[in-house]
Amino acid sequence: MSPLLEIKNLSVTFGGLHALQNLDFHVNEGEIVSVIGPNGAGKTTFFNLISGMVQASSGDILFEGQSILGLDPNQVTALGIARTFQNVRLFANMTILENVMVAQHCRTKQLIMGALFQTKAFKQEEAEIRAHAEKVLGFFGSRLVGYRLEQTASVLSYANRRRLEIARAMATKPKLILLDEPVAGMNPKESVELTGLIGRLRSEWGFTVVMIEHDMGVVRDVSDRVVVLDHGETIAQGSYEEVSTNPDVIEAYLGRPVEEVMK
Amino acid sequence: MTNVDRFLVLIRIALISLIVIGLTAFVAQQIDPQNPFARWANPDATGLTAAQFKGLLVTGLAQGAMYGLIALGYSMVYGVLGFINFAHGEVFMLGAMSGMITSNKLFEAGAWESNFLPSLLFVVLVSIIVSTLTAVIMERVAYRPLRGSPRLIPLITSIGVSFFLQNMSVVLLGPGAKSYPALPEWLSKKRSILTFDIEGTKLLVLVAAAVSMAGLWFFVERTKTGKAMRAVAEDKEIASLMGINVNRTIVTTFAVGGAMAGVAGILWGLLFRSVIHTTGFLPGIKAFTAAVVGGIGNLGGAMAGGVSLGSVEALAPLMILEPLGVGGVSQLRDAVAFTLLILVLLVKPTGLFGERLSGDDRA
Amino acid sequence: MSAAPLSTAGAPAEFVSRSAVDLDWPKVAKFGSLLALTLVFIALAGMPVGLDGRAVIDPILSMGDLSLLWLPVIIGYTVGSEKVLEGMVATRKGARDLMAGLVVGLLGGAGLSLLIVLLDNFDMRDPLVNWSPQLLEKLTFENSVGFGVVMWMIIGAVLGLFGASFHLMSPLVRDVVTKVIITLLSFSIFETIITDLLEGFKLDFLTDALYAKQGGLTIVTTIVLAIVAAIVAVVGRGRIKEARATLEAKEGADRTRANTILIVIAAALLIILPLFLGKITNELLANVGIFLLLALGLNIVVGLAGILDLGYVAFFAVGGYTTAVLTSPNSPGFAPELPWMVALIVVVIMAALVGLFIGAPVIRMRGDYLAIVTLGFGEIIRILFLSDWLKGWFGGAQGITNIPGAGIFGLASVKGTDPRAVFYLVLFFSALAIYISWRLEKSRLGRAWMAIREDESVAEAMGINTVNMKLMAFVVGAVLASFSGAVFAAKVGSIFPTSFLILVSIIILVVVIVGGMGNIMGVIAGALVLIGVLGGPKQPGLLAEFSTYKLLIYGALLVWMMLKRPEGLVPNVRRSRELHQDEFLQDAWLKGEIDEDEDDVVDEVLGDVTGGATA
Repeated sequence: MSPLLEIKNLSVTFGGLHALQNLDFHVNEGEIVSVIGPNGAGKTTFFNLISGMVQASSGDILFEGQSILGLDPNQVTALGIARTFQNVRLFANMTILENVMVAQHCRTKQLIMGALFQTKAFKQEEAEIRAHAEKVLGFFGSRLVGYRLEQTASVLSYANRRRLEIARAMATKPKLILLDEPVAGMNPKESVELTGLIGRLRSEWGFTVVMIEHDMGVVRDVSDRVVVLDHGETIAQGSYEEVSTNPDVIEAYLGRPVEEVMK
Repeated sequence: MTNVDRFLVLIRIALISLIVIGLTAFVAQQIDPQNPFARWANPDATGLTAAQFKGLLVTGLAQGAMYGLIALGYSMVYGVLGFINFAHGEVFMLGAMSGMITSNKLFEAGAWESNFLPSLLFVVLVSIIVSTLTAVIMERVAYRPLRGSPRLIPLITSIGVSFFLQNMSVVLLGPGAKSYPALPEWLSKKRSILTFDIEGTKLLVLVAAAVSMAGLWFFVERTKTGKAMRAVAEDKEIASLMGINVNRTIVTTFAVGGAMAGVAGILWGLLFRSVIHTTGFLPGIKAFTAAVVGGIGNLGGAMAGGVSLGSVEALAPLMILEPLGVGGVSQLRDAVAFTLLILVLLVKPTGLFGERLSGDDRA
Repeated sequence: MSAAPLSTAGAPAEFVSRSAVDLDWPKVAKFGSLLALTLVFIALAGMPVGLDGRAVIDPILSMGDLSLLWLPVIIGYTVGSEKVLEGMVATRKGARDLMAGLVVGLLGGAGLSLLIVLLDNFDMRDPLVNWSPQLLEKLTFENSVGFGVVMWMIIGAVLGLFGASFHLMSPLVRDVVTKVIITLLSFSIFETIITDLLEGFKLDFLTDALYAKQGGLTIVTTIVLAIVAAIVAVVGRGRIKEARATLEAKEGADRTRANTILIVIAAALLIILPLFLGKITNELLANVGIFLLLALGLNIVVGLAGILDLGYVAFFAVGGYTTAVLTSPNSPGFAPELPWMVALIVVVIMAALVGLFIGAPVIRMRGDYLAIVTLGFGEIIRILFLSDWLKGWFGGAQGITNIPGAGIFGLASVKGTDPRAVFYLVLFFSALAIYISWRLEKSRLGRAWMAIREDESVAEAMGINTVNMKLMAFVVGAVLASFSGAVFAAKVGSIFPTSFLILVSIIILVVVIVGGMGNIMGVIAGALVLIGVLGGPKQPGLLAEFSTYKLLIYGALLVWMMLKRPEGLVPNVRRSRELHQDEFLQDAWLKGEIDEDEDDVVDEVLGDVTGGATA
């Protein structure tokens, strides 16, 4: 079976700086893949490329066999790839419910006429949007439901904001979710909980997940496969055990021992 | 490609074709008025004699030089603070107004005619001071409190400031147009330079603009304050970490932009002899256009853009529009200027000479 | 009597008393000179003389007097204002603030005193047009120079003191005083409407009792009104708060019912009152309506979608000219003389097309550039309508005249000569615009617009086609503006290019911003207050004397609102959060509304989850 997402020989340069070089990557449907690597390795650029927010200089990105190179971000989302952001970018002044409702934009179609004439189709779609939003929010327990729905997103605690980010991505009804450092800044309890949730994203909702993470505990607990990036290139791939003992990977994170450098 | 993109490509092609056709018809006309192509486009077009062309070109360059001086203020403020100071046109207008008041007073006192050069210098000084003060006060009162606000807020505020200043001029000084006293004959007479017949006043404008640009260049490239300005334009935070007093530098930016506008103000007054509270509006927008055409944040580009805009504005109605069959083209000069703005932003939004902006301001 | 701290959480602010002469001199000096400068400016702008004709309280207080007297009160109050912060030392309000107000007022008055001396000794009539003997007379109260000099310092001091005293009044007294002042001012400003209304109800005798012959409240009326207002304020104080609280406490179906009742009452008033109002007031309301329509359209573009369209007047022009060309027999190029309602359909199509044409190139540009480019488009369109080149179609500078009124289904004809009919037509379209704004805001489209306004790149990442959505906002705004243009054409009966200056766009922008961006109620309030009281771009408002100064006030208002209250007077709660994010969050945190993670919830969920994940 061909991979859900396939990246071939992808390169991106920013004014002379090679952010990504000849990157190859693939994800099969139903996998949970983690992308790790030291800071500046190009991980978020990688996500930006897939989601269409940045354009590649060369190479190709195939989603479900079709090239998505050059597509606008909203087209990419409509095809079924959703993402969260490293530095949570919620619609801070919209309510929690609205945040998740608006994420369903590309799956719905009512526009001016429906709204003005309050047609049955319009009301039905609004009800469906709302129902789906509540279902998605329910995934996170009782935190983001009930009276919370009408609260502005800006009052949320940090952890809840991260959860809302994920809820928003889920609401776009994607096939593939890109999570950019989902547990960053969370305390151990919250991380553990979220790890379980990521697993449930696949088992209960059927999403394929690609995750950028620095927290190795989470990576170890939930990933099927780990890909290591450094300086814009893949330097290792495999299970967590394989990758964590790979000398190149250790060198990328920790550098070479002084004696070796001095040789 | 979305439908919108396709539509835009069509528009670009249409505009550029029109320009090309117009120019071709014009050239055809010049070569041979009986040329069938020329006549098809506009049988009434009379074409331009060499003298007319030169005259228009000189006028265009002179006006463009003034646009360029005003454009510097727009460019610098955008480079440093990332918003369009809508009220900069009024900085220019107030300079022109104060010049008018001063020159009239000097004229009444007889000094304008007897001691022209010192009077002129004095008037220029007054104009520069008023413009600079206006710009600096504007920054302090209306813009500094809004540093860090969402982007549109300072722009809207500047619209309010512009509106306020225009009407302040009306209520204080009265709504009618005011005139400058005449320049002495030895200055304003026509001179012949390199086959061009230039009126002295226009020559003065060109020379003054060139001198101001040179002064500005020296200031920005060679002095410490100038370097600070460039640093702050590049990245405010890092500049402050380098020990640069960002607030003071921003004030200086406004002041310098204001001074340039003040020079333009007095030149405008001397050239057109008349000023009214709306004098700043159109030149202000055109100057901004010039700044964009040259590449926003780029000072040399601003002047180049200004001169280009001035020439195109003067020549295009007769060289492009009239051959295309458009009548009464002199009224459409301003429309030409705006169309140029739209064209540049459609075809090359970073301007002819490239933008110089800090990272987060890039389009 | 001392100001209460922000909240009870955390350390309360400490209050110390300071002596009456221990003033914050730099602050006093700053405010004092500011006051002086502004008062001199107001004087030289011509307001004391120009507005002298309108009496507020006949014969002792004219609008001209008021133009100078209001500011020392406000500044006197502001000098004493101090933000009370948690855990910080604040000064208890006392004689010190009175002193500050007094000194500031004194300095301000001294500015005018200086002006009097200068007026007496110099002639600066050229260039300052209002430097006149009349101004001197006015400032010296038709007495000697010395008298004027002293008087203004005293007046300034007294008014400053009065303003400062607001800090020391008990809330009740403060409430009463404010309400009395507002009542008196309202009765004065709305004199024309009240007189009109009384006439309509055949209660003319009341008019003579309330107002003096030449206009303005009589002294007797002032006193009576003051007393009545005071009593109402005292008695009704609790009641109004209660009523508001009960209203806000209503939820769901109850709330909807309450809102519907309010709307029905408002609608009934709007429909019935004009029957009792005379020509002038109906004309005024019709003007307000036309600009309200424009404002509602711009509200969708700027307030909901966040697109600053400075060339908005272009759509107004397209509506007006299309109507003129299609309906007027004097239309130069092509005069089909269609009925107004048929022409309206074409107007909508034209507006949508022009909206798309202008929108397509600009929609991708960044905010500032978009504003200037739309301004450019607005000017290009005006220039084209004005040009000799297109005179054959649009009449050039002479415009198109003899536009027949709007025939409504052949039943009635709405012409400019019948302001009441015009008002009803305008009311209909305003209601339509309000309905459209309301429905769109609470729809998928409205949410998309809000998301775009919040963070455009993220909105795109969430699957929103931002280009198309923004274009749609543009087009909806364009169509609403064109409605206004069509009604305007029928009302005025002729169309000239001078009606479509950028001035109009800016004034509409001020209305939207002052009222509150994105907030329908706010825009209505803004239009009523600004266009109704001050007047539109070329139309006089209730205070016709302000025509010379209204643009100045508009400009000052815009700047002031942006600096102090960008969310508008009747803010959209959401918007005001946006603009005062930090303060709002701080308040929410202090009140305990900010979400703190409940550990028990985590444990609860963890319990389900620990099967799969290992610690």
